[in-house]
Amino acid sequence: MDDLSGAFAQAFRLIVGFDPDLLEIVVLSLQVSLSAVILAGLIGLPAGAAVSVTRFPGRAVVIAVMNAMMGLPPVVAGLAVYLMLSRAGPLGDWGLLYTPSAMVIAQTVLVAPIIAALTRQAIEDLHGDYDEQLRAFGIGRSGMIATLLWEARVGLFTVLLAGFGRAVSEVGAVIMVGGNIDHVTRVMTTAIALETSKGALDLALGLGIVLLVIVLGVNALAGLLRMGVAGRAHA
Amino acid sequence: MPDDGTVLTTTGSLAGAEVLPVCGRDLVVARDGRRLVDSANLALDQPGVTALMGPNGAGKSLLLRLLAGLIAPDQGAVTWAGTVPDRMRASRVGLVFHRPVMLRRTGLANVAFALKVAGIPRAQRHDRALEALASGGLEHLAASPARVLSGGEQQRLALVRALAPEPQALLLDEPTANLDPVSTLAIEELIVRSAKTGMRILLVTHDPAQAQRLADRIAFMHAGQVEAPVSADTFFNDPASARARAFIAGRLVL
Repeated sequence: MDDLSGAFAQAFRLIVGFDPDLLEIVVLSLQVSLSAVILAGLIGLPAGAAVSVTRFPGRAVVIAVMNAMMGLPPVVAGLAVYLMLSRAGPLGDWGLLYTPSAMVIAQTVLVAPIIAALTRQAIEDLHGDYDEQLRAFGIGRSGMIATLLWEARVGLFTVLLAGFGRAVSEVGAVIMVGGNIDHVTRVMTTAIALETSKGALDLALGLGIVLLVIVLGVNALAGLLRMGVAGRAHA
Repeated sequence: MPDDGTVLTTTGSLAGAEVLPVCGRDLVVARDGRRLVDSANLALDQPGVTALMGPNGAGKSLLLRLLAGLIAPDQGAVTWAGTVPDRMRASRVGLVFHRPVMLRRTGLANVAFALKVAGIPRAQRHDRALEALASGGLEHLAASPARVLSGGEQQRLALVRALAPEPQALLLDEPTANLDPVSTLAIEELIVRSAKTGMRILLVTHDPAQAQRLADRIAFMHAGQVEAPVSADTFFNDPASARARAFIAGRLVL
């Protein structure tokens, strides 16, 4: 018990004292996951919106696959990216395996389907209301997609936050393609797993607290935005 | 079929169809074996307000959407100035729906958006949007988020937004159906003023009093079929068909 309370005390000292090792890991985590969410947003937002405003054969299958991909296990995403980036893989020449770039790619693969599927749902609701009016203005397909994305901006920001929460808290994908190399590819989740297994509870706890605050903060922000939207829903 | 030479003949040819901003001929829309629009002919062949009247379910809104190019007919053809409607010319045919659809931005930005899609250069949009708001007496709504305006304000804004690109024709689908008398009056004043500039306006309404106030001509629609437009006087005093007579007397059920 003394060990544990001592570890908590040490963990707080690490956080409050901006311990360089802890800080380095937190910063890399945020860099990797923010980059992944930006990339996943650039892919998922237009892709989801395009599916919601387009009718084509096999659309129901595409939507079912998009929805199913939301539950993609991180280790499978990691495995897929590993196979692509490994020396024998099709993108092996890029030499990205065990770099932060590989981790960004893996988290993008994980998060893009989530953003695409949630965007598709959000835009489809809106499209029903806006379709005739926007076409009456004379807008084309790409203009329609851009306008609907902008109209849904508040809801879609919460989608991005959800994607960020997923990316920053997953461990399976980043550990497979990043390798948890100290000072290179060590992020919060992989460091917590390693430090805990080593019995170094103070850094694990410190990182755990920081991760918890980030994830809870992101979810609270998303919840507040949603409430704000609901409050103005009558408008 | 009318015999005044300005409207359609049975062959569907029309004198000067290529210059009419909006013209639909022999239009058919069928769903589940029922003809919701049945060989309908309607052209905005004269400036001013043409009212399209008829009971609920007659197919009025559907016909308006056909003329607006929003849906394609199963048979027949809609032409704008002689050719098939395309989105590049959509700003020449303004449209206002029964329920206004406001974008999540200010009143001014809503009008500016319509101007942008209509291809008006960025440098002119702000001033033209302000002018359009002023013409509808809505300057005070320029900075207000459009979605929190009252129903009447939203519909007036929708009309101003449709008028801003200066369309040749305006299609209105029961624009005052949900509005109080004050808002209705404001909308009707804008319609009358636009008609006086020579704009061709199609007004879908099932309110005979409104048709009497606004319409130069009235086309009666029932069960998907459109009777040829006649002057408002003729329609109300000497209706061409027994159905129209029954409708005016409030006795027509579909």
